[in-house]
Amino acid sequence: MNEETKVDKTRRNLVVATSVAGGAASVGAAIPFVISMWPSERAKAAGAPVEVDISKIAPGEMAVIEWRGKPVWVIHRTKEMIESLKVATARLTDPESRASKQPSYAKNEARAQNPEWMVMEGVCTHLGCSPQLKTAEAKAEMGGDWAGGFYCPCHGSKFDYAGRVFRGAPAPLNLEVPPYMLAEGKLTIGEDKETKGS
Amino acid sequence: MGTMVARLWAWFDARMPSVAEQWKIHASEYYAPKNFNFWYFFGSLAMLVLVIQIVSGIFLTMNYKPDAGLAFGSVEYIMRDVPGGWLIRYIHSTGASAFFIVVYLHMFRAMLYGSYKEPRELIWIFGVLIYLTLMGEAFFGYLLPWGQMSYWGAQVIVNLFGTVPFIGPDLALWIRGDYVVSDATLNRFFALHVIALPLVLLGLVVAHILALHDVGSNNPDGVEIKKLKGPDGKPLDGIPFHPYYTVKDLLGAVVFLAIFCIVMFFVPEMGGYFLEYNNFIPADPLKTPEHIAPVWYFTPYYSILRAVPPLFNSQFPGVLAMGVATLILFFLPWLDRSPVKSIRYRGVRYKCWLAAFVVVFVILGYLGTENTNVWGQFRDPWDILDTKDVATWVARLCTIVYFLFFFLMPWYTARDKVKPVPERVTA
Repeated sequence: MNEETKVDKTRRNLVVATSVAGGAASVGAAIPFVISMWPSERAKAAGAPVEVDISKIAPGEMAVIEWRGKPVWVIHRTKEMIESLKVATARLTDPESRASKQPSYAKNEARAQNPEWMVMEGVCTHLGCSPQLKTAEAKAEMGGDWAGGFYCPCHGSKFDYAGRVFRGAPAPLNLEVPPYMLAEGKLTIGEDKETKGS
Repeated sequence: MGTMVARLWAWFDARMPSVAEQWKIHASEYYAPKNFNFWYFFGSLAMLVLVIQIVSGIFLTMNYKPDAGLAFGSVEYIMRDVPGGWLIRYIHSTGASAFFIVVYLHMFRAMLYGSYKEPRELIWIFGVLIYLTLMGEAFFGYLLPWGQMSYWGAQVIVNLFGTVPFIGPDLALWIRGDYVVSDATLNRFFALHVIALPLVLLGLVVAHILALHDVGSNNPDGVEIKKLKGPDGKPLDGIPFHPYYTVKDLLGAVVFLAIFCIVMFFVPEMGGYFLEYNNFIPADPLKTPEHIAPVWYFTPYYSILRAVPPLFNSQFPGVLAMGVATLILFFLPWLDRSPVKSIRYRGVRYKCWLAAFVVVFVILGYLGTENTNVWGQFRDPWDILDTKDVATWVARLCTIVYFLFFFLMPWYTARDKVKPVPERVTA
């Protein structure tokens, strides 16, 4: 090896060191851009609880309340609706809501603090569409054994009146139940004794 | 006058000779096979549509407002009050669908004639990257009118990323910039649609063409024209791209633009396929429309997503299937083990599989535009099926065929009975 082609180790090491430092600096320079895409302080502050007057929701009716930009359903369930929850448990993915998300007081068959009042997020656990109410009268469309519930128009998932998902649908879990408090015709969504205590 | 122009050119050429040099390399002395047929129009047409989209897009941004409160109204304003605004918007919306039609045909051409095979693998990879970028571009652009379909389409697709194990929910939050699709999401999608992805697209198109011109074009016979050269060193079966193919492509462009104009002026919504009815309703975060489906060019993958049932309490398998269905295209050059390139000399096995692939792709595409109950339900007296919708089962079958086309390819292409390939191009 003559003088011209011999690698100067010191200079080569300096080139490598400079490249590594430059590479690290470029990665560092990407950080402000990446973090600028996280929710802003204003977006984070917009998640306050919502209070609703539910005294005017008649049995069998449903109200849609906006909480954190999401639809929350408040359903005043009739006796028939509560009875319908017992019919098809064999065809449900998670009948006892073991893997699904809900506060401890809603981890029961009716998925509610009080079976008459169903409160849940109207957001499909598959990919976030908002399912539609299909009463027991929609048998022609939903099949002969339909006892009433919800249908997601995006990917065809079906839910009963407690938001429990039927098997064969792409949604993996029951609809989520947000933390809420029920008291004398008033409903507070987004807050309960557990979250208040913490 | 003539000498004036010649002297001006000589002055320019002396100072920047690379312009004339590039013109030679890429046009006047780029030798393309002489047997290009109908399928070879779509590459140049794709570039034409890219130009149409960039130009019409620039003028749309002059009146569009990327603000959740103003976006829907500003699009209506463009349609009603801006002089020629309706035309510019219809150019852009028709161009979006035209882009995918042209690109799908262009990709199918590559599959017909084995244009992705050695030594053109890199061209194919750049092409698939262009296709994926185009999907991103179409998706980001579709949110901008802030209609019901815009909103719920974005909601679903962002949530696709939310299903990725472990990092999913944070990833979706980061993409949206909010807990739901909101003004922040609209604003950043606008930035990506108007600046980021068009730049990426242009860079990829340059790479695609440079890679093509380095190895040379394939042709309907799959014969390498560079193997047989005349005494002048030019391929015997090659003709200069300019003027032969510039003129041919010009004819293609004229016919294409005629069809484009008919669609744009008479059926810009294309019966709800190019512009969906629900997108004429402003976005409502509390109510998903009755019938929701993506625009037609995404529906084959959407069908695959819908066909896969959840496993282990997670909807990720469906998302994964959809992702694999697109990403597997990258591996096509290595899955295909056939010694010949063109369909003309392939055996019956490949022909059958390719035909099956086209059929299932079209069926999946159609089913993706419809509800899952479109073909009624099975009678299922024993209650053994997880879903009784006939269309879901057909989509499942088609999804399996779609994947088998790729996964079995190394075997059926290697064992196929191929015909001898001629020395030179035919006809």
